[in-house]
Amino acid sequence: MSGSEDASTAPLVDIADLEVGFGETTVLDGVDAEIDRGTFVGLVGPNGAGKTTLLRTINGTLTPDSGVVAVDGQRIQGLSSKAASRLVATVPQNTAVAFEFDVRTVVEMGRNPHRSRFGGWSDPDGEAVERAFEWTETGEFADRSVSTLSGGERQRVLLARALAQESPLLLLDEPTASLDINHQVRTLELVRSLVSRGKTAVAAIHDLNLAAQYCDELLLLANGECAAFGPPESVLTENSLGDAFGANAVVSRHPITGSVYVTALPEGRRKTGRRTAGRVHVVGGGGTAARYLYVLDAAGYEVSTGALNEGDTDAEAARSLALDVVTVDPFAGVDDDTRESVERRVDAADCTLVADVEVGTGNLPNLRAATRADKVVLVEERPFAERNYVGNEAQRVYESLRSRATVVDPSDVPSAVARAVEDGVAEGESVTGSE
Amino acid sequence: MTLRTRTVAWSSGLCGLLAAVIVASAGMGSVSIPPTTVAKALLSADPLPFAFEVGRTHRIIVLDVRMPRVALAALVGFALASAGTVMQGFFRNPMADPSIVGVSSGAAVGAVATIVLPFAFPFGLELQGAAFLSAVITAFAVYLIATEDGRTPTATLLLAGVAVQTFLGAIISLLLLHSGQSIRRVVYWLMGHLGGTTWAEVRVIALVLPPLFLLLLAYARDLNVLLLGEEDAHALGIEVERTKRLLLAASSVVTAAAVAVTGVIGFVGLIVPHGMRLLVGPDHRILLPTSALAGASFLVATDTLARSGPAEIPVGIVTAALGAPFFLYLLRSREVTGL
Repeated sequence: MSGSEDASTAPLVDIADLEVGFGETTVLDGVDAEIDRGTFVGLVGPNGAGKTTLLRTINGTLTPDSGVVAVDGQRIQGLSSKAASRLVATVPQNTAVAFEFDVRTVVEMGRNPHRSRFGGWSDPDGEAVERAFEWTETGEFADRSVSTLSGGERQRVLLARALAQESPLLLLDEPTASLDINHQVRTLELVRSLVSRGKTAVAAIHDLNLAAQYCDELLLLANGECAAFGPPESVLTENSLGDAFGANAVVSRHPITGSVYVTALPEGRRKTGRRTAGRVHVVGGGGTAARYLYVLDAAGYEVSTGALNEGDTDAEAARSLALDVVTVDPFAGVDDDTRESVERRVDAADCTLVADVEVGTGNLPNLRAATRADKVVLVEERPFAERNYVGNEAQRVYESLRSRATVVDPSDVPSAVARAVEDGVAEGESVTGSE
Repeated sequence: MTLRTRTVAWSSGLCGLLAAVIVASAGMGSVSIPPTTVAKALLSADPLPFAFEVGRTHRIIVLDVRMPRVALAALVGFALASAGTVMQGFFRNPMADPSIVGVSSGAAVGAVATIVLPFAFPFGLELQGAAFLSAVITAFAVYLIATEDGRTPTATLLLAGVAVQTFLGAIISLLLLHSGQSIRRVVYWLMGHLGGTTWAEVRVIALVLPPLFLLLLAYARDLNVLLLGEEDAHALGIEVERTKRLLLAASSVVTAAAVAVTGVIGFVGLIVPHGMRLLVGPDHRILLPTSALAGASFLVATDTLARSGPAEIPVGIVTAALGAPFFLYLLRSREVTGL
């Protein structure tokens, strides 16, 4: 580091052209990355991409074949393990401990890098341990044996141990791997709060959606290289995921958290052109239909939907599934052309599915178009009156629709659609046969 | 209670126990001497400032006949228990004992060779010197075999130790076949014994043991961190390979010094650390000193039993006969899944 660079703005971790291998196998093949202070970086990538290897190289356990890892301007591989462990603290993936140390003893071990062999226990040591207890809320079981704790509690204890090291950089190897959903979220919330207290965290995270939700930046490792590095929305794209994971994934926004949301699709369902299950038109909007779009698409139906406002959650979902979607500009309402193209889709469909959608003047034509369908499946979660913003006119249309529709709960949609499509096809054949 | 107070309390208690066992042991034998007389005789011994009135006969029996053996038992018990504690922590394996890297087998080969082979060893090497030397060489050889690129995986070390022990066992069997008249001496040595001890032998161990034990004690905290696994230990600032080398060397020399004098005394280094771990927990800062002291008391007591029957039996038989059932009891009453 150049002396002119301000230490507080220079990146905390500087990884340059890193190559790491085991014998003949090269695991990391030229990784470059700079990690800024006070950020939470998620390390994502397929199994065997080298996430753990990268973490073990950053903390100095592994020696790279070439390239450099510098933390706070110091080459990790050139430091004693004591000096290195004052810069980098690691929370291991395997939290199982087969011995009966009490929690306090384990957390106090985090002070090892700061203690000399014959030096006693100092006040700063005690303060660091108490702070670690406080931040991780583990003080309550300080006197219990580690072996009596649950997986989530052990995870927090090991995090407390890492905090007692008082290092600027925190590495976590799959911190959520063996935890239930509640503890996964709690663990990542905790790491998030530590980052807001000034720590820099790098965590290998398997779950892309959790990673996107909690991390400032993601580093996508694939084939030993850094395939992408940046904010979650720029890293988790359908192309990058396809390349890295070989997966059929759809990227959208999570309706509640607003973070990038990845949905993996069954192999070979998309763009195969071999859809034989039938055609379904879906009337939705505002996110009421996104689930059905996905489920029906995955089940092999040819799915159309619309008309939907540009930017609507359901429109986004349909687009990411590459479905046939009719859109209009926001607040423009459905004009005649659009109405016709919706009606064409309803006519072509074996079955029309009406989601639990709120009806205003803008989308009333969708409902009207649905009345043309032979087979209607209606999802009713709330009474129509509660989601009718138009008045009697809409109520009438809905009643006529409902009188000949199959009314179902959300969970019954796939089976109801399957029955409706089957009936429709059968009737169509018998009609053809009688003529 | 803090760890420090617990350590002091337990150590003081065990020191008291050891003193009591020593006094009792030194009073037992063909001539029974009351404990007060033993204590007076001990306190009036050479370097100590007291001068109690003790009869000449009793004084000679206590100080010159019985005490060398009692002191040796205490030192060897101390050595084996502390080396066993370190090895169990080092290998993170409850079945590890002081001889796990082949120290005892190495000592046995050296000892048996000096007894059986018809020629004298160079440099005036006697039985105990040869046993010590071959023990240390064996441990070092096992270490070299298991080391690659400056790393010594404990699993490799363990397996190399087992293989080398088997190999040395074959050599010992071969030597036994050709031992002829001296077979009694060989078997007696192999069984572990404390008979015929002189102050000279005690002095050698008394010089070797304290500095090495203090060294091990200074690494008690590192040993704790090593229990978390080598990767974690490294992340917590331990120079793993260097620490392992040092612990292995120190405990091997401690074990070698003990078995070279007394032969193979089994189970002390396995049972005593286990028992103490149940009592004081896995923290080596308290476990190491208390195990060592308990080991000393244990061996003094078992050796007293060994020599108090109608005919003296090797102490190794007594430790194994008492130790194995106790170990099985531990195994059944408590799940020994780890340390």
